[in-house]
Amino acid sequence: MPDLLSPALIMIVAAMAIGPAKGHLRTAVLLLAPLITLWAIWQVPDGVQGTVKFLSYNVEPVEGSALRRLFATVFALMVFVGGLYAFRLARWYELAAAYAYAAGAIGVCFAGDLIVLFLYWELMALFSTVVVWCGGTPAARAAGIRYAIMHLLGGVVLKVGIEGVLISTGSIEIRPLLATDFSTWMILCGILINAAAPPVSAWLADAYPEASPTGSVFLSAFTTKTAVLVLILLFPGEPVLIGVGLFMVVYGIVYALLENDIRRILAYSIVNQVGFMVCAVGIGTELALNGAAAHAFAHIIYKALLFMSAGVVIYRTGKTRCTELGGLYRTMPVTTICCIIGALAISSFPLTSGFTTKSLISLAAANEQMVWVYMTLTAASAGVFLHAGIKFPWFVFFQRDSGMRPKDAPWNMAAAMIIFAALCILLGVAPQWLYPFLPYPIEYEAYTAGKVVFYLQLLLFSGLAFFILLPLMKRTETISLDVDWLWRRAAPWLLQQGSRGLQPLLVFSASTWQSLEALSKRMAVNYLGQPETADSEERGLFARSWPIGATALWIAILLSAYVFIYYTD
Amino acid sequence: MSDSDSQDFLSRPQTIRRLWWGFSIVLALTVAAQLVIYVKGYFVVDGWFGFGAVYGFLSCLLMVLAAKALGYFLKKPADFYQQDEDDA
Repeated sequence: MPDLLSPALIMIVAAMAIGPAKGHLRTAVLLLAPLITLWAIWQVPDGVQGTVKFLSYNVEPVEGSALRRLFATVFALMVFVGGLYAFRLARWYELAAAYAYAAGAIGVCFAGDLIVLFLYWELMALFSTVVVWCGGTPAARAAGIRYAIMHLLGGVVLKVGIEGVLISTGSIEIRPLLATDFSTWMILCGILINAAAPPVSAWLADAYPEASPTGSVFLSAFTTKTAVLVLILLFPGEPVLIGVGLFMVVYGIVYALLENDIRRILAYSIVNQVGFMVCAVGIGTELALNGAAAHAFAHIIYKALLFMSAGVVIYRTGKTRCTELGGLYRTMPVTTICCIIGALAISSFPLTSGFTTKSLISLAAANEQMVWVYMTLTAASAGVFLHAGIKFPWFVFFQRDSGMRPKDAPWNMAAAMIIFAALCILLGVAPQWLYPFLPYPIEYEAYTAGKVVFYLQLLLFSGLAFFILLPLMKRTETISLDVDWLWRRAAPWLLQQGSRGLQPLLVFSASTWQSLEALSKRMAVNYLGQPETADSEERGLFARSWPIGATALWIAILLSAYVFIYYTD
Repeated sequence: MSDSDSQDFLSRPQTIRRLWWGFSIVLALTVAAQLVIYVKGYFVVDGWFGFGAVYGFLSCLLMVLAAKALGYFLKKPADFYQQDEDDA
């Protein structure tokens, strides 16, 4: 029986305990639950751990594999360090929601079939929305509603696909599919919505920056990366994903370059990084899937680190825009250094985790002789250094002196950042510690002199381009329109115009309705009495009082008629 | 730049000049390193001398210009959506 209990249940229990627990007990729950979950994750053996009857289906609550444990491990790690970062600042309900959200993500990792997967998927959608709402501002509430609509819609699309596959194949097993018919396309679309793929990628940059400084750290980790995991499980080698991934890679860079809000820059760079992984799943070779998994592992750590440093800046200064920030390195050395390490890691600079994981994806593209894919990914690597590697730390911590002299991070936030910064470097220096945990056996030499020289040229010259083109990248007090313009501006406008066009019809139907209402009132008064007067002599036909004898007579007549009809039939 | 800034090590013009010099030397070294270190190209061109440097610089230039051009259409005042929500 314990085999059938998913490690996610530990996180669910913890999420429920966070509210009632107070003081040190709550801290203990926050920090111990992810560690116990981590232990439980490594107790899950390979393969399906048994079945349970659920709504007449045999569902498989727990299935283990190297890939599933790898993702679950980094999720649990993320919860531990995120909990450490957030526990003194975040309100209890935000932490409880974040833990329930993480439980959903870990549950997806071990889901043995599509039904269990869908249940945990919706758990994530539900509680991540709560985390967005915990931002507490009117903007966060509005963004949370848009976020919820998008994810519930994605859930419905996914469910339609799952039901289609169930009907056509009779199986809810999780196995590699190709997008060949309506149902498999629906599953693919449902997953891609969570991966922030076009054309709906705007939800990510819309919602994550509106969460609280602590909430966005949790948000950055789970939704998109569970989507990557499920893509690896269900659609390895699906060619459509290569194109989708490349689009995301370029889109993320261009929008991040235009952006002024510091967390929105990071949000767009999530889309960019997830693009690398989606593209790798599309390539679909063992090396590419190893690359996608390894890159997701490294990405969660450095992206959370970057969101943590942004969170500290927002917490200390209350400012979120590049145009209001600058020169903070003077009083925030720890945050600055941790941010730079995260920025170097996301740029896949040698000796950081990004270098040892992203290069697997590039190599997989090169091995398959995909010239354009390889060249685009390489150009994108340079672009990542431009928008996240330099732009982000430069505008926040250097550029001009904003005059602000905020304190550095509180101890717990600093500790969380230092742990993740150390991991970024550790995975960069000793990638052989990560490689054995990848889904497929791998023999890969991360560091060759030629490769290091090539990447140093690529990255340092994109750095040169940044400083030369700096006048072109002057920050402006603007936002950039994304696809969400369609549902935030165009759709309401169309509705308004539409209802204006329908005005005569509405007026007509309103007048018809009024005359109908008057008619029914008249009829009621005629037959049922005069409702307004309590005791009127002129009652309606059916409202008058009748002598009891007349009633008895009528009943007798009716009964005799009934008996007569019954026997003559 | 105010006086208090010029006290600051990283803000001094002299430091900035030195940083540019240091940076330029590092850039030159990474390209020069290819004289002694063999860079394996997967598609011929990417093994050419200084390809990484040129490709990195040009692709960034292209992306910045593309973003700049798109910015003319896509950039709106920061309160673009708030105006709507206030109207409603």
